Amino acid sequence: MSADTTQLQDTITDHSRPFTVKLHEDSFRTYKIDPPSLEVQVQKDELLKIYKDMQCMRRMEMAADALYKAKLIRGFCHLAIGQEAVSVGLEYGITPEDRVITAYRCHPFAVMRGGTIKGVIAELLGRQDGMSHGKGGSMHIFTPSFFGGNGIVGAQVPVGAGIAFAQKYLGRKTATFALYGDGASNQGQVFEAFNMAKLWDLPCVFVCENNKYGMGTSAERSSSNTEYFTRGDKIPGLQVNGMDIIASRHAVQFARNWVIEGNGPLLMEFVTYRYGGHSMSDPGTTYRTREEVQRMRSTQDPIRGLQRYIEEWGLASEQELKQLDKEAKAEVDQAVEEAKTSPAPRSEDLWTDIYYKGTEPPFMRGREREEVHHY
Amino acid sequence: MYQAVRDALSIVLAKDDTAVVFGEDVAFGGVFRCTMGLAEEFGRERVFNTPLTEQGIAGFGIGLASMGHTAIAEIQFADYIFPAFDQIVNEAAKYRYRAGGQFSIGGLTIRTPTMAVGHGGLYHSQSPEGFFLGASGIKIVIPRSPIQCKGLLLTSIRDPNPVLFMEPKILYRSAVEQVPIDDFNIPLSRAETLMPGSDLTLLTWGTPVYHCESAISLLRSPPPTLEPLVPPSLRSATVELIDLRTILPWDIETIVESVKRTRRLVIVHEAGMTGGVGAEIAAEVQKRAFLRLEAPIRRITGWDVPAALQYEKFNMPDPIRILDGIMETLTY
Repeated sequence: MSADTTQLQDTITDHSRPFTVKLHEDSFRTYKIDPPSLEVQVQKDELLKIYKDMQCMRRMEMAADALYKAKLIRGFCHLAIGQEAVSVGLEYGITPEDRVITAYRCHPFAVMRGGTIKGVIAELLGRQDGMSHGKGGSMHIFTPSFFGGNGIVGAQVPVGAGIAFAQKYLGRKTATFALYGDGASNQGQVFEAFNMAKLWDLPCVFVCENNKYGMGTSAERSSSNTEYFTRGDKIPGLQVNGMDIIASRHAVQFARNWVIEGNGPLLMEFVTYRYGGHSMSDPGTTYRTREEVQRMRSTQDPIRGLQRYIEEWGLASEQELKQLDKEAKAEVDQAVEEAKTSPAPRSEDLWTDIYYKGTEPPFMRGREREEVHHY
Repeated sequence: MYQAVRDALSIVLAKDDTAVVFGEDVAFGGVFRCTMGLAEEFGRERVFNTPLTEQGIAGFGIGLASMGHTAIAEIQFADYIFPAFDQIVNEAAKYRYRAGGQFSIGGLTIRTPTMAVGHGGLYHSQSPEGFFLGASGIKIVIPRSPIQCKGLLLTSIRDPNPVLFMEPKILYRSAVEQVPIDDFNIPLSRAETLMPGSDLTLLTWGTPVYHCESAISLLRSPPPTLEPLVPPSLRSATVELIDLRTILPWDIETIVESVKRTRRLVIVHEAGMTGGVGAEIAAEVQKRAFLRLEAPIRRITGWDVPAALQYEKFNMPDPIRILDGIMETLTY
């Protein structure tokens, strides 16, 4: 699959109106379901906005990488550079009323779901202005419609099923997207969640972000069946070229419609790629070759792919896109500077949010012998 | 006591539209008949069976509670809670904290039958409450009787924190009381003094409350077979019996106040001694009441062995062992 094979179907005369493009025929593969149509409506403004968002997400992750290497971010940090079409494509295909829950590679989702770049960076830095006030860190960032990064491999998947049940119970026409990776797909509780969701026809889209490596083990070495979209048994599956933003967004819209129309859950697989290591302690080159990473970057990159569409279809010039790149960089730089000025978390917050305010035990033990906090 | 559970659940389902009861076989009453008729009364959308999928049940309940629902899950036996350990410790207990207070799953209550029944064997007689002690963020409650069970369960369900509610399974049938039909709450994290005393504090929870009562009565008026073994000087000793009721966070003040008066503490629980709840309590009490203690804090517990099918009653801290522990502590 290549990222630059979507063909223009219309002649664009008016840039303010939607036009039709045709996705490459290999964009989707399906299991027990008819594939989405390959013809997709897009519009100039939206594509430019998507482009800018993907650039911002990449710049944010690059900034986190630099801050980590400067020893300003400590602890665990998992970056999603290369996987931008999934997080951005997801957000453009759903509504604010839908719910999203994912694993630890969560920074772009947190921003796209209503958070801020400053809030994410400050959380990574462990500051008061972080989205969890510095108590969560990289893997624990939330917004009202985003139920978090979750640090335990696969644990968020049954939680997603519960969220979807609440949506169904409340009679809302909304969907839950429960994301996990190709590594987590072999966890037992993922299958427990599949079974409950299908049994009760929950409006849940299970999304496998297949970036080809579960930590340092390739999909082929970890999974007896690497066709992740077929692993839901009776749940239909849809595999998507997750390096193509237009295909990704289109597939998300299709999946959302499928589940809110009462068809039960859907299993979606984005075939994507992470350019960096699993986490900051993994250089990402011991279990795959530098050439492989380089080849993916030069032939499959989701941002460069969209850039080509935009230029080829005459929606914006290279200079105009460069301007958007600059704006993205400036936004991220400013957010980083602001995050750096945020104070450290308030020491009294060490004791808050453990039990609901007013229902705490009389005291909690602290970090050292003398430190005991009395409520 | 099983009817008290049903009664509490029925009150919650009637008053709270977001309340949902689920677990293995709960729709047709559950193995202990605690949810009898609830599905018929409140509908199968609100009282439903899950697959045999404990980790999934816990995760599902957490997701449901995170949407603001009152999620009442049942794990069929406390022995089956271990697959859900990760969800309870890593997700349920920490959800609020790691989200910086943005999310609450306080609506989650996990009910589970616990402790020995006499013939449960390896996987139906364990008391796993101690495994959860380090999980700040959850509460653990164990009732001793039908009235207690109803009041504590109603409070647990309404408590804005996730609660693990462990019901001593032998008491479902054997503990009988006239339970008020009203909606009432019994506060969490408050121990209850069942018998006042001035010579020794006897602390326990769940089924052993009754064995402790028997032991106290054996001390006071031993039957002829035990008479030669119970020195007459000890028979007038008064023992203060306390039911801890909430295991986490536990009522330190009441226990310490009592021990400072009686100067002796015996802790009784069914779980094994090593790493049991008694260890935590003993450590805290000796720190706060060290100079008042007249004897080492004594723990009378199940043995540190798997609960074998045969001889289960020898594994339990029965009245004789408790009596023996009380006498040794009184004469130290």
